[in-house]
Amino acid sequence: MTTNPTQGTRLRAESVTVGYGEEPIVRNLTLAIPDGRVTTIVGPNGCGKSTLLRTMARLLTPTSGSVLLDGGPMHDLATKEVARRLALLPQSPVAPDGLLVRDLVARGRHPHQRWFSQWSRHDEEVVTAALTMTDTAHLGERPLEKLSGGQRQRAWIAMTLAQDTDLVLLDEPTTYLDLAHQIEVLDLVTRLNRERQRTIVMVLHDLNLAARYSDLIVAMKDGTIAATGAPAEVFTPRLLDDTFGLSADVVPDPRTGLPLVIPISHRSSGLPDARSHVSHS
Amino acid sequence: MSATPAPVAAAPAQRAPAVTRGSLVGLVVLGGLLVLACLLSLAVGSRSIPLGTVLHVLLHPDGSDASMIVHTLRVPRTALGLAVGTALGTAGALMQGHTRNPLADPGLLGVEAGASFAVVVGIYAFGITQLSGYAWFALAGAGLASAAVFAIGSSRGGPNPVSLVLAGTAVSALLYSVAQAILLRDVDTLDDYRFWAVGSVAGRDLDVLLEVLPFLLVGMLLAAVSASTLNLLQLGDDVAASLGLHPMRHKVVGILAVMLLTGAATAACGPVGFVGLVVPHVARFFSGVDYRWVLPYSALIGALLVIATDILGRVVVRPAELQVGIVMALVGGPVFIWLVRRSRMVRI
Repeated sequence: MTTNPTQGTRLRAESVTVGYGEEPIVRNLTLAIPDGRVTTIVGPNGCGKSTLLRTMARLLTPTSGSVLLDGGPMHDLATKEVARRLALLPQSPVAPDGLLVRDLVARGRHPHQRWFSQWSRHDEEVVTAALTMTDTAHLGERPLEKLSGGQRQRAWIAMTLAQDTDLVLLDEPTTYLDLAHQIEVLDLVTRLNRERQRTIVMVLHDLNLAARYSDLIVAMKDGTIAATGAPAEVFTPRLLDDTFGLSADVVPDPRTGLPLVIPISHRSSGLPDARSHVSHS
Repeated sequence: MSATPAPVAAAPAQRAPAVTRGSLVGLVVLGGLLVLACLLSLAVGSRSIPLGTVLHVLLHPDGSDASMIVHTLRVPRTALGLAVGTALGTAGALMQGHTRNPLADPGLLGVEAGASFAVVVGIYAFGITQLSGYAWFALAGAGLASAAVFAIGSSRGGPNPVSLVLAGTAVSALLYSVAQAILLRDVDTLDDYRFWAVGSVAGRDLDVLLEVLPFLLVGMLLAAVSASTLNLLQLGDDVAASLGLHPMRHKVVGILAVMLLTGAATAACGPVGFVGLVVPHVARFFSGVDYRWVLPYSALIGALLVIATDILGRVVVRPAELQVGIVMALVGGPVFIWLVRRSRMVRI
């Protein structure tokens, strides 16, 4: 599926330990993000996946170890320089009421602006391209809060796209969206990767969506990496049990052949349901 | 997973029903209204002077009664109203923008309490009775209170608007209670203090304005340079940082500007409530959410409001006057209730 065979890595975490207080949330973690691929971090609540993503976006400072961007420690770079190379869309971002979609997307150009050259023709073109790519051009003059959840998330992605960085980090981009809109947003993420050669790193909760949309899965548990690899390598009943404490069958998706996780409910075995006989056959 | 985007099902370009946005025309209209208000402020009072005469004596002072009244009473008063209104309107917009709280008022930072406390001390311990003397005490008090609020509010993990507001509230409560204790013990102090505490632009000469002017100018400068970063901060700290900003640094600069503007305004004419709270709402109503428009709109509307309120205070109980601080509370309260009720409280 991958179109880009290069195995370079512009973004990597080297023995990173991060924590908010005494107790570290991410412990001695090393991870190289493959360029031009979609990498998805999964793991149970509180395993440190958002913390890792935020550290790799320089929002948090490691207590030990470092994050390397293009070979150098990221924390030595100016914030604006980082913003020209890497974009992060946090989980459930906020915006003031009345902010127009086009104005939101235009704010993504900030890292490329100087106080003496505020808004160029190039900025205008990049913003228009970002709106077109995310299919939000027709919504440009509408206030963000009037959009549906899926449209709003596409507008936010358009803003990170206007930032024009090769690396795009997305923290749970599908939160609060219904399934159809989750698919819509993840299809867009795939297009960013395939058509615009963006390196994507995201955090997802839904394992089946992670399997479907990722080149590389990073499974985390208790602040460390439990497994990395292609979806089919990582999503095994054994790992799901070890990492998530989840009993599940893993079957090939009839359409894509990718692993499909089917959770086994503890209830079902005890219920007088005809299907429960089948599941244990 | 097809790579081709699904064609949009004939989505007609939906245009929002007239979204409000700031414009130069709007600023010019506000500027025009402000000039008009200033002229009215020079003309209206216990002794009204025709506008023609006002313009004449402004350009050619002739020692007549009208000339004396305009130059010694009404010009300082109008200039003070202009400066204080501009400062408080701007401070209010900055305050609400940086805290992302539509109910935040510059007074929450403890600056006004610091100024009040210092004036009480000035009267009680140092026997100051001149308004120009109060200004220095008020400035010093505002500065010390600001420093204390910063020190307390940034003890853990650097200053941020929420902890600064909490620290400001605590410092305010402490300073007001000590000030109250002094005022209750000493009637003479209370007698002098109440003329300052009511908030008035009358009876001050231009010296007071000149004393606080440097602080106002620095505050306005900081406000001006923070306008575009304030736009990014509205998207939350994470997005702002991801766009290349140091959110904390910019917030500290913003809060510093609020303290300078509020402190200087309070030192010049005593505490005047409601301007910082109401003006940004009115400004946003006309200017939209872009702070490069919200700030100048707030500055002009603040000045307009203070001058108009001062004029109102001169005519409602003629020949006596009501101080601008009192009229502002009387007018501002109902106006704010109306604002809250007519549009649901917006997220900012």
